[in-house]
Amino acid sequence: MGTVPSALKHCLSYQHLLKEQLWIGEPAAPPPALHPGQEFQISGLPDYVKIVEVGPRDGLQNEKVTVPTDIKIKLINRLSKAGLSVIEATSFVSSKWVPQMADHTEVMRGIERHPGVQYPVLTPNLQGFHSAIAAGATEISVFGAASESFNKMNINCSIEESIEKFEEVTKSARNMNIPVRGYVSCALGCPYEGNIIPAKVAEVSKQLYSMGCYEISLGDTIGVGTPGSMKRMLEAVMKEIPVSALAVHCHDTYGQALANILTAIQGVNLYKVMEAGNFICTALNKKTNSKVAQASFKV
Amino acid sequence: MGTVPSALKHCLSYQHLLKEQLWIGEPAAPPPALHPGQEFQISGLPDYVKIVEVGPRDGLQNEKVTVPTDIKIKLINRLSKAGLSVIEATSFVSSKWVPQIAAGATEISVFGAASESFNKMNINCSIEESIEKFEEVTKSARNMNIPVRGYVSCALGCPYEGNIIPAKVAEVSKQLYSMGCYEISLGDTIGVGTPGSMKRMLEAVMKEIPVSALAVHCHDTYGQALANILTAIQMGVGVVDSAVAGLGGCPYAKGATGNVATEDVLYMLNGLGINTGVNLYKVMEAGNFICTALNKKTNSKVAQASFKV
Repeated sequence: MGTVPSALKHCLSYQHLLKEQLWIGEPAAPPPALHPGQEFQISGLPDYVKIVEVGPRDGLQNEKVTVPTDIKIKLINRLSKAGLSVIEATSFVSSKWVPQMADHTEVMRGIERHPGVQYPVLTPNLQGFHSAIAAGATEISVFGAASESFNKMNINCSIEESIEKFEEVTKSARNMNIPVRGYVSCALGCPYEGNIIPAKVAEVSKQLYSMGCYEISLGDTIGVGTPGSMKRMLEAVMKEIPVSALAVHCHDTYGQALANILTAIQGVNLYKVMEAGNFICTALNKKTNSKVAQASFKV
Repeated sequence: MGTVPSALKHCLSYQHLLKEQLWIGEPAAPPPALHPGQEFQISGLPDYVKIVEVGPRDGLQNEKVTVPTDIKIKLINRLSKAGLSVIEATSFVSSKWVPQIAAGATEISVFGAASESFNKMNINCSIEESIEKFEEVTKSARNMNIPVRGYVSCALGCPYEGNIIPAKVAEVSKQLYSMGCYEISLGDTIGVGTPGSMKRMLEAVMKEIPVSALAVHCHDTYGQALANILTAIQMGVGVVDSAVAGLGGCPYAKGATGNVATEDVLYMLNGLGINTGVNLYKVMEAGNFICTALNKKTNSKVAQASFKV
């Protein structure tokens, strides 16, 4: 933490936007124990947390404005340079349903593929899967849900039918040594059904894990969860799936996301992520939803 | 949780603003244990948390628009009806004002800081000098049986000095507590704290002051407030300061937010099954009222999620 020297500020095309005093720094090392054995860390926290960046797909898909292909590619390239190891790039779904992702092939072909970085793409069915492979995808994702109603409204089939489709996709992917990530939507609540029982989340997660998904991302799709419901859901899921294969995807609709994430983990160069965020918000002509960014940029 | 019946919606002057499907309800009782001894609650949480509503003072003070007195009164009345047991409407005092304040006040607050620079910039004296002044004020107040609440600003960081060492926060807190403050509110004035720094600071302060006398006043400037509050209540803190609609910006980070929204805190506490005695609907209504008067958008995410746009 400290001020950026003035000469340096002018050279950096982005730094001039930042305020003088910044609280953004490297991850804080825990202070040395004053007495042997004295713990300063919150107990049970991991040393490392992998961030899966879903802005280019989940984010842009849900923005009113569709950004041009070259802007998407530039965004993903900036995020790659920020040190993110997983960036969800696009979705191979019909452009009739998701026009924001219609340029999926161009995006996949146009992005820089940084070594050590994964660029998973969504593939709801075999057709999408084949298009994704043809476009150069090396990792895919499938989206289940813990709510029958949500599944019906979203992809017009029951949970059971969707699992069958995903099994086809996953089998093909595994035959080609392509890793598959599984998502479970509505893990903490459904916009149609309301509360979702943890056992249902565990059941769907288990089905996805058993068919070969290497990781299951548990999504609080409408952001209604709180630390208590997060804990109960994770306890149920962790009976079926090792915690090392779990991820959380928390929406911040009710401002609860960080508290929920903290609960889940009780168990990247940030500047560059902020820069990428500033880039895409300028392109979208909108204000960032990141409070850290709001606090750090000059208005 | 469930939809409000249509007939009822039209009678309530405010309900028509709410969406069909709401996630706002009573505090969720923990589900009955399936097996004896099986715990569903997050361990170490209190049964009850007191909310100290600072919107009318800390919040409105930091809003660009000044609201007329009658609006302030109406806001405070609505917050009272929401079940909030403590609504901050107190003033800064210097010792010579105490007799006048005594006429109507039921409580006063004194504001210390854990940073010399912040103190100097804010009230133009050193920490030591300010403590002396507070001792005068507190003594007078206690002679009149007026309780005094102590605040420690910059508990997790200072806009001028940067990081603040926990031992300093503990030292200032102890001085305020020793002079007779019944409660010490530890303020993350610029919202830079994270769960780790909150924990380290509280560990230091709790060596000097019983946790029952502690409160946290977390700003949400960097979006960390709820995570920090959760950490504090897991360590036994039972009092949380917050502001309806997240009123009040941050004078040190232009364009950024300040106080954490009472609605968002209540949503989290309700979800955890913690009692507060406060009705979230009514706080949202009060928030809607004051934001309309201020012609601004609420900072509460719960309110944003619940009102029809």
